[in-house]
Amino acid sequence: MEVIKSEKLVKRFGNLEAVKGVSLEVKEREVFGLLGPNGAGKTTIINILCTLLTPTEGKATVNGFDVVKERTQVRESIGLVFQEPTLDEYLTAEQNLRFHAYAYGIRREILEQRLKELLEMMELWDRRKEKIRTYSGGMKRRLEIARGLLHHPKVLFLDEPTLGLDPQTRHRIWDHIKDLRKREDLTIFMTTHYMEEAENCDRIAIMDYGQLVALDTPDKLKDAVGGDVVSIRTEDSEEAIRLLKEQYKVQPSQQNGTVIFTVQHGEEYLPGFVSSFPLHLISIGLHRPTLEDVFLKLTGHTIREQAADPLQHIRRRRMMRGH
Amino acid sequence: MKKIFRSVWVIAYREFLRFIQDRSRMFSSFSMPILFLVIFGAGFGKLIGQMMPGMNYIQFMYPGILAMTVLMSSVMSGVSIVWDREFGFLKEVLVSPLNRSGILVGKAVGAAGIAVMQGIIMLVVAPFVGVSLDWKIVLSLIPLLLILSGCLSGLGLLIGARMRSQQGFQLLMQLVIFPMMFLSGIFFPLTGMATWLEVLSKLNPVTYAIDAIRQVFLGNQAAGVIIFTHTMSIVESALLVMGVGLLLITVAIWVFNKQE
Repeated sequence: MEVIKSEKLVKRFGNLEAVKGVSLEVKEREVFGLLGPNGAGKTTIINILCTLLTPTEGKATVNGFDVVKERTQVRESIGLVFQEPTLDEYLTAEQNLRFHAYAYGIRREILEQRLKELLEMMELWDRRKEKIRTYSGGMKRRLEIARGLLHHPKVLFLDEPTLGLDPQTRHRIWDHIKDLRKREDLTIFMTTHYMEEAENCDRIAIMDYGQLVALDTPDKLKDAVGGDVVSIRTEDSEEAIRLLKEQYKVQPSQQNGTVIFTVQHGEEYLPGFVSSFPLHLISIGLHRPTLEDVFLKLTGHTIREQAADPLQHIRRRRMMRGH
Repeated sequence: MKKIFRSVWVIAYREFLRFIQDRSRMFSSFSMPILFLVIFGAGFGKLIGQMMPGMNYIQFMYPGILAMTVLMSSVMSGVSIVWDREFGFLKEVLVSPLNRSGILVGKAVGAAGIAVMQGIIMLVVAPFVGVSLDWKIVLSLIPLLLILSGCLSGLGLLIGARMRSQQGFQLLMQLVIFPMMFLSGIFFPLTGMATWLEVLSKLNPVTYAIDAIRQVFLGNQAAGVIIFTHTMSIVESALLVMGVGLLLITVAIWVFNKQE
């Protein structure tokens, strides 16, 4: 059964079309990742699904409720962790959670137990009486995840849950997310621009410039790249590309002076290639395809290239602010 | 209906919680009115006192200072909503199933409740400045202070409903609060002013609240506000302020719903 369903969602902000007809379905109890560079429209989609924005065109349902016509029911079915913290810094962790519980009308007899269970799961029970001001970024994020789960939502939305955290903390957040899947009857919908993290999802939708370019399991997406990825560096990339196309019949692409192409059975291919390639090779590498390669193949650019103009990025973000 | 009630309660509850934990805010809201009471009392006492035979200036000003405490505190409702927006907490509120109108009413109830509590604490000062208090005065004062603070928190919310930065809000608030304060008869009687000032002060809802509060304290010695030829009674003034307050909150809800 689908917990989330969107049909041809479109969102325009003035002249800017942030989401251009996105249709997707998320199944019950899966971890669904929306992967794409900053400004691809991921947050806009989350904001539509959680009723903070109204779509310009198209429709979407969450837990069977329409995100425009049945907002209250949708809001009751979901938990949210935003990119930027949304805690009251002047209250304690426990007070923040209690406010949430009252707002969602959680019954008292359930609340106490649930509060303890979640705070312990997120390893915050000992510090529940402390003000949020004293919390680190990772602790805040964990508390927000606990808060998002307090009312037993059907879907937990995580918008870049590990953004701005150090690698160790990121790792820990992921351990918690994996742990959640085992314990709770929960569907997780998350966005990320970290390729490594997207690997942890059951299915991934890859998004670029407001459109979905692929939707499948990480393994299938990687298989679609076609074999193994060979990356070479030479003194003349242009010439190398020409040679590869004409003599080796592969489709090379270039990024930062490295030429990349895919072949079947890379280990066996490599020795023959090295001895026959006419240009001087500075370096050569071989790896199983990653999601980075998938993204490059599907969009023709890497996920990081787009963030090259930070000003444009900020401008876009301002326009797309949910409120 | 139950849902709206819960929204109001939850939001107001947080406002109280925040207030109790923020001691600096508690003290700072008293400092300004007391400062005015002392400085104006000592500075203008003799001068203005001559305009009102048989009355001590501090006795005249004290009811106004009480209202000023409430006024300063109730417009904080607006700061609170801007603060929530700036620090992201508003998002948590907006994605919850709380009713949107209930959220705004809750903010108003929270701010008004806090303001009235502060007003009541200000009553402690009364004996020291020679103002006599009895239970009848206190009991008739509470509804008046509630109406005034409800009205002004409505104003705060209306201004805060769209604003994104606290600095902007503070600046705009100064522009609104100070003229409202000085044109309300807190510091000097409104009789004998230039006509344009008199018209402005009669358009100011705070004037009516101050007048009603002063009548509670001073009885017949305080003159009611005269509109054309009609002298406003306490109840009439209170109803007028209440009407303005309801209007302000309604417009604030409308603006907020449109914005979010």
